[in-house]
Amino acid sequence: MSSMTEQQRRDAATNARRKVFTKYVHEPSFFEKMNDAEREAFFKKEKTRSVRVLRRRMIMHRISTVIGILIAGSVSLLAIIPVFFTFLNSFMSSAEIAHNYGVIFQSLSGHAENGATYLSQSPTLTLVPQKVTIEQYLNLLFMSPTYLLKFWNSIILVVPIVVGQMAVSCLAAYSFARYRRKRREILFFSYIILMLMPFQVTLVPNYMISEQLGILNTRWAIILPGIFSTFAIFLLTKYMRQIPIAYIEAAKLDGATEWQIFTKIAVPLCKNAIFALTILLFIDYWNMVEQPLVLLNVVDKQPMSVFLSQINEAEIGIAFAASALYMIPPLLIFLWGEEYLVEGISRSGVK
Amino acid sequence: MPSSEEKNNDQITEVKETRADRKPQADPALAIDPERLARMHENKKRFHRKRRIKDWAMFTGYLTPSLVGVMVFFFLPLLMILKTSFQRSSTNTDFVGIENYERVLTNEAFINSAKNSLTFSGIAVPLSVVLALLLAILLNTKLPGESVFRSILLNPMMVPVASVVLIWQVFFSYNGMANGWGLYKLFEDGRIDWLKSDHSQLVILALFLWKNLGYNMVLFLAALNSIDQEILEAATMDGAGSITRFFRIKMHFLAPTLFFVAIMSLINSFKIFREVYLLTGDHPYRNLYMLQHFMNNAFTNLDYSKLSAGAIIMCVFMIVIVGALFFAESKFDADMEG
Repeated sequence: MSSMTEQQRRDAATNARRKVFTKYVHEPSFFEKMNDAEREAFFKKEKTRSVRVLRRRMIMHRISTVIGILIAGSVSLLAIIPVFFTFLNSFMSSAEIAHNYGVIFQSLSGHAENGATYLSQSPTLTLVPQKVTIEQYLNLLFMSPTYLLKFWNSIILVVPIVVGQMAVSCLAAYSFARYRRKRREILFFSYIILMLMPFQVTLVPNYMISEQLGILNTRWAIILPGIFSTFAIFLLTKYMRQIPIAYIEAAKLDGATEWQIFTKIAVPLCKNAIFALTILLFIDYWNMVEQPLVLLNVVDKQPMSVFLSQINEAEIGIAFAASALYMIPPLLIFLWGEEYLVEGISRSGVK
Repeated sequence: MPSSEEKNNDQITEVKETRADRKPQADPALAIDPERLARMHENKKRFHRKRRIKDWAMFTGYLTPSLVGVMVFFFLPLLMILKTSFQRSSTNTDFVGIENYERVLTNEAFINSAKNSLTFSGIAVPLSVVLALLLAILLNTKLPGESVFRSILLNPMMVPVASVVLIWQVFFSYNGMANGWGLYKLFEDGRIDWLKSDHSQLVILALFLWKNLGYNMVLFLAALNSIDQEILEAATMDGAGSITRFFRIKMHFLAPTLFFVAIMSLINSFKIFREVYLLTGDHPYRNLYMLQHFMNNAFTNLDYSKLSAGAIIMCVFMIVIVGALFFAESKFDADMEG
């Protein structure tokens, strides 16, 4: 090695270093192997292929959308037919109703025992009335004045219940949501159990308590238990627990009192839920049948729902119009408040 | 000239020294005397106790209106029926132990009604949850006209019960539409009086689904919309197919909603009694004889002790179901957070 000059030594070192890199021989790539003509052909082919794939995907998407719309549409149709059916039939004349549906109501329970027949007859489902009349509505309004009275009864029962329950529930839900402790959850749990109880469970004691309070067969026997029902509390609490604690703390720092925090922060933030619940409660109490039958056994004070459910085949001529009229307030409320309803329902179930 | 490395080292040691200098020295004048410490502790405790009392007072204050009413109209009645359930009758207050319970549990009508109610809820609740979930997934695929479908599906919820009953009578009575269209061919040869046949539960099931699918679907839609799209995109990049994404990611976020929907469906499945009652009266076909029928009839027969025992059994059953649901939910929550 001593015979090596400095220059020779350096060259050897460089070569040794180079060896490392010469291991990686550059191989011509897929594209570099092709000549220009081949390359062009390749690109052309690929392009048509990708266009085909995209087009197929688009078609598949369109087909699946159409299928989806078909499914959703048919389910929706099933959902909406009964409503249309009622409204359209309410414009038939009483004679036409009797002609079309008389057979149905002859075979209903009760009448069959009274000697009516089990004849196999087919009713005629007519969606479009032969002659559009408002005969049913006129009959309803002028020939049976009880109808208006019942309608008024329904309103006078439902409105105080809904307003009262919302007020009581807002307070209670705020209390459960804001001052949350482990032991208090037990109370909340028992509220939920109470919410789940069917009316029949507390039927007798409710009856006895109403009797002792002297409110049996007055409207208060329905209204008071309604106000203190725990349904709204459950949902509102779930909703109020989503209010960020930072909002409340900020309000506190700005010098808000506890009551101001409740009225100016908590309640406005739950506006949607309150609207939604009002609608849900309204429909629920608009429909009540068992409570008035037991606790308000005075025919003059009973609401529409009881009256309508007792319409028999003699009055079938006005049944559709009565149903339609009865359906209108909830549907109007639904159309007006659907946005709030959806928003309120939505947020109540999401964490 | 020192190398740059050495220079850097110098600087670091300098910084270390300055930090060491700034270290607070123990100042004998500021030493906390144990008595003062004890006083501070006492103050802190008192402050916290005050906070706790105030907290409790606010809790009770807001809750009082509801609590009073609930006590009078719900808790008290429950206690009363608990007492009645151990008495011979509401007038004869002899203590009879569990005789009433034995009487109820061996009562054929009770067993039948409990079986019917259980079957109905057991089928209706899962079915409505699954169908609503499927519908929500369908509508969530950016389907055109999503909001229209949503409104229409939510609509039946608002139709009053009396109108529903009228419609169902028109469709499912002996001479009704369903028979007119030949729907009976699916089950039997001849016409069926639907509400008085073994298929009556199917008719009520259809009614239940018609009424409640929309509500459940809206709940699921909200949950699906609240899922962070970035997570789903990340999963797609990692090669998760749509099925994996659904079961591994979406189901995870849907779980709390699932519990909620289950509870709401359970409540609504008990409420179906109203429709059944209006459609078929006090004594329906034995397939439709629900627990509520049993109680209603006990009430009209003035058999209060039997009614009370039945009610208490029902209560206990409900508490078990809801407790199990809540336990599962809290377990799941802990899983998600931990």
